[in-house]
Amino acid sequence: MTGHDGRTGIRTSKEDELRVVRRPLPRHDQAEKIAGSTRYAADFALAHMLHARLVRSPLPSAEITKRDATAALAAPGVVAVLFGEDVPHNVIRVDVPGQALEVAALRASMEVLATDRVRFHGEPVALVVAESEDALAEACDLVEVDYAELPAVFEPGEALQDGAPAVHDQGNLLSEWNIDAGDIAAAFAHADVVVEGSYQTQAVDHAYLEPEAGVGWLDDEGVLILRVATQVVEHYRDVARILGIPEARVRLIAPYVGGGFGGKEDMTVEPYLALAVWRTRRPVRMQWTRQESLLARPKRHRMRMRYRTAARGDGTILGQDIEITADAGAYAYLSALVLLYASVHACGPYKTGAVRLRARCAYTNNPPTSAFRGFGGMQVVFGYESQMDLVARRLGLSPALIRKQNALTRGDVLPVGQPIETEVQLAATLDAVMSRAGAKPPPSGPRKAIGRGIASNMQSYGRLTWLNDSAAAWVGFQLDGSLSVRCGVPDIGGGQASSLAQIASEVLAVPMEAITVHFGDSALTPLAGTTTATRQLLMSGNAVYEASMQLREQILGAVDAESGGSSGGLRLEPGRIAGQGTEVSLTEALATCRRANVPIEALGTFFGPKGTPVVRQLQADRVFPDFTFGTHLCELEVDLDTGQVTLLRYIAAHDVGRAINPLSVAGQISGGVVQGLGMSLLEEVVVEDGVNLTGGFFQYLIPTATDVPDIEVVVLESGEGMGPFGARGIGEPPIGPPAAAVASAIHDALGSRPTVLPITPERVLECAGVLTDPGQSVQP
Amino acid sequence: MTDDGSTAASNGRSLAVHLTVNGRQITRAAGGHFTLLRWLRDAAGVTDPKYGCGEGICGSCAVLVDGVPVSSCLVLAAQVDGADVVTAAGLCEPDGSLGPLQRAFHERHAAQCGFCTPGMLVAAAAILAGGSTPSRAAIRAELHGNLCRCTGYGPIVDAVEAALQAARQGGQPGQAPDGASEAS
Repeated sequence: MTGHDGRTGIRTSKEDELRVVRRPLPRHDQAEKIAGSTRYAADFALAHMLHARLVRSPLPSAEITKRDATAALAAPGVVAVLFGEDVPHNVIRVDVPGQALEVAALRASMEVLATDRVRFHGEPVALVVAESEDALAEACDLVEVDYAELPAVFEPGEALQDGAPAVHDQGNLLSEWNIDAGDIAAAFAHADVVVEGSYQTQAVDHAYLEPEAGVGWLDDEGVLILRVATQVVEHYRDVARILGIPEARVRLIAPYVGGGFGGKEDMTVEPYLALAVWRTRRPVRMQWTRQESLLARPKRHRMRMRYRTAARGDGTILGQDIEITADAGAYAYLSALVLLYASVHACGPYKTGAVRLRARCAYTNNPPTSAFRGFGGMQVVFGYESQMDLVARRLGLSPALIRKQNALTRGDVLPVGQPIETEVQLAATLDAVMSRAGAKPPPSGPRKAIGRGIASNMQSYGRLTWLNDSAAAWVGFQLDGSLSVRCGVPDIGGGQASSLAQIASEVLAVPMEAITVHFGDSALTPLAGTTTATRQLLMSGNAVYEASMQLREQILGAVDAESGGSSGGLRLEPGRIAGQGTEVSLTEALATCRRANVPIEALGTFFGPKGTPVVRQLQADRVFPDFTFGTHLCELEVDLDTGQVTLLRYIAAHDVGRAINPLSVAGQISGGVVQGLGMSLLEEVVVEDGVNLTGGFFQYLIPTATDVPDIEVVVLESGEGMGPFGARGIGEPPIGPPAAAVASAIHDALGSRPTVLPITPERVLECAGVLTDPGQSVQP
Repeated sequence: MTDDGSTAASNGRSLAVHLTVNGRQITRAAGGHFTLLRWLRDAAGVTDPKYGCGEGICGSCAVLVDGVPVSSCLVLAAQVDGADVVTAAGLCEPDGSLGPLQRAFHERHAAQCGFCTPGMLVAAAAILAGGSTPSRAAIRAELHGNLCRCTGYGPIVDAVEAALQAARQGGQPGQAPDGASEAS
């Protein structure tokens, strides 16, 4: 077992020494998916299984005055109706670090099924189990729940005022983070220019194509098994706590997941499926409808950001004064951490001499908010990159130049106190997009305008350093020379399992087709932690790397010992072990190991970099393991009469350290950009007075193939990352820049900048001066 | 395979529906209100068409009904009784290996999570069956009824282009040319 010990040995091998890593290999999991044979969570069925569904609150804030299941239980085919009293431990806990004095543990919890009060439209109140989907639908309508409406609050700013309706008894402030670095007064006193801007981001839905689903049953030992679409198999612990049974009695299996993006990080169907199985002792399936998913799953945080930026006449950023207010919705979930990410990332990839940051997150009676690709570190890109453009315009500098001039470099210390330990290639990403851009095309007509904008970002990869993150993986040869990898990683579509095969293949010289990866099973694969926080390549990747290296040493050592130590320079090659004067086949070497009592398997555990926990006043030695940097360029045309924006070109460059599989890397970047473009121009979960009006995909518009251009992906490989072979994480980073790049391009086209997302045609026309709505745009 | 027991509820009588699915004749009795999607998944155990939205927007449930792509969540099974239905799995070779369009998807990294992929393949198969030579923009227009949240669409358009080119060079559209990999 090792911890993070810098980047040594094969981890930073020269590119030309790599055999499998860096090759664009079509992924093994995709063949099954394309053949249509992959069994996603809802595709799985067991004989005589039951079906379960939730009855949800129709109101955003109300007292529950009556719950009666009599009529529902009398309906044909109904097996059980559960209320909160039927849940052994009716609480889902969420840890909120760093707020210990202000936020008691009790506040960061919610009921599995609400008993006396509901706090958002869609909150679960009852769980119905029936023999068929049809019986279920009828029974849910027969569960009687009466409500008495209570006062409610829907704007975080209002929620924080004295006298606001209390969403929770302890008050509406969920979390608060402050940064005070350098001399902020001096920075503004010495500034040649001060630029102010206010920015708003909206509630966004993950909109993975696979709605939340799973099947649960009891195995022959009475162990509760849940096979669900999840990013976190470790939720088996939460399920055990809710049922009041030992953790070892719950097993969670994550099959290939149809998209996660953070939306399957918190529990979805797990506790309800568990309760239904536990009560009925029969197999149960639960599948949420798209409408249910849009209604009640946590969204991306709405944020209001106010930036004041002080700069010298030459473009040097002297200080940032930042206030962020975020909407936590009705329950804590991961909001405090999302706000922490926003705070740490708020100044972007730039040297910033002095910082004053005040970030607050408030409870409201809106749908809860939680993890979503970028996790708070992406909303702030819209703020800091807009400010960089405004400073550049004020000073007559080019957008690329001002970014290069202020770019972080190795050794710089972030405002929060964390030093940057790896080489930053932000300038190279800027050069990459600018050199490809060429001349702007002419407009396609007289009432059209062309604009171009760039935006850079930094996004952490790996979990917060005080969470004691670890990942384990088991790598073992079979007697025929094929290789098994066992790792608890959930594969949510990013090629998580396939990358592990590629890493093992590189180290052990086993062909890809001879490797099988078993993944995502809390009982049968070593736990590898969550597929979140852009952490799996760093964590599971390093765990497989460590296990493979250890296994390699075992085999080479056994062969060397058998030869009496005479075989110098032994190395593993495909199918054989070769050295000076020695050559044995792999299967012979494995037989040698068995004769010599040398294991032909190894368990690797990788521990993430450590740091000390933060408190509300942020000052830390290390918050994240490391960061990924990138720059995007957007070129678009605006129709001055309709406000329609047509995206013409989009270039995205990131330093990924090392591209384990270039196809997967390009896929993450291209997909992240398009998800970010949806947030930029199209998507918004509309909630009016706490009522979620977004009832389906006919209202919630994600980009189609005709809404976006081909994404031109530029992959830079500094070899500087902390993952295997010098890789950085690339899952979340690409979603950061699009909104700022689009806003910047519209600014370029119209001379006025949109500051509220999504940038709808109406908001574009406001920028064009056709419509006027003060406060919706910033004049340069 | 499971019949979810809808017939036990008060949704009316059970109806026997006969369909040819990927060349296999299947007869299943299910509720008359069963959509084609539900009939395929819950009555016939054909699970590659996916439930994604239930309102004909996302295209995850797309299947070919007598050669025409339809959202199977919007059609009652009983309405298409007797039809020939092809799902993504039906695009495989008889030996179960990937067909030419599917190979193009695999080589071009046109799937990530893979959940939209069966519907996307069906829409792409309809483009190939059209026999024309659409531009990249026209391919995008043909695919606009199929949502994907992972790929950004570019690789999918690449795959359709490659499959079209292979079909032109190597054989009938939708048949099995040898040139898929060379052409891509």
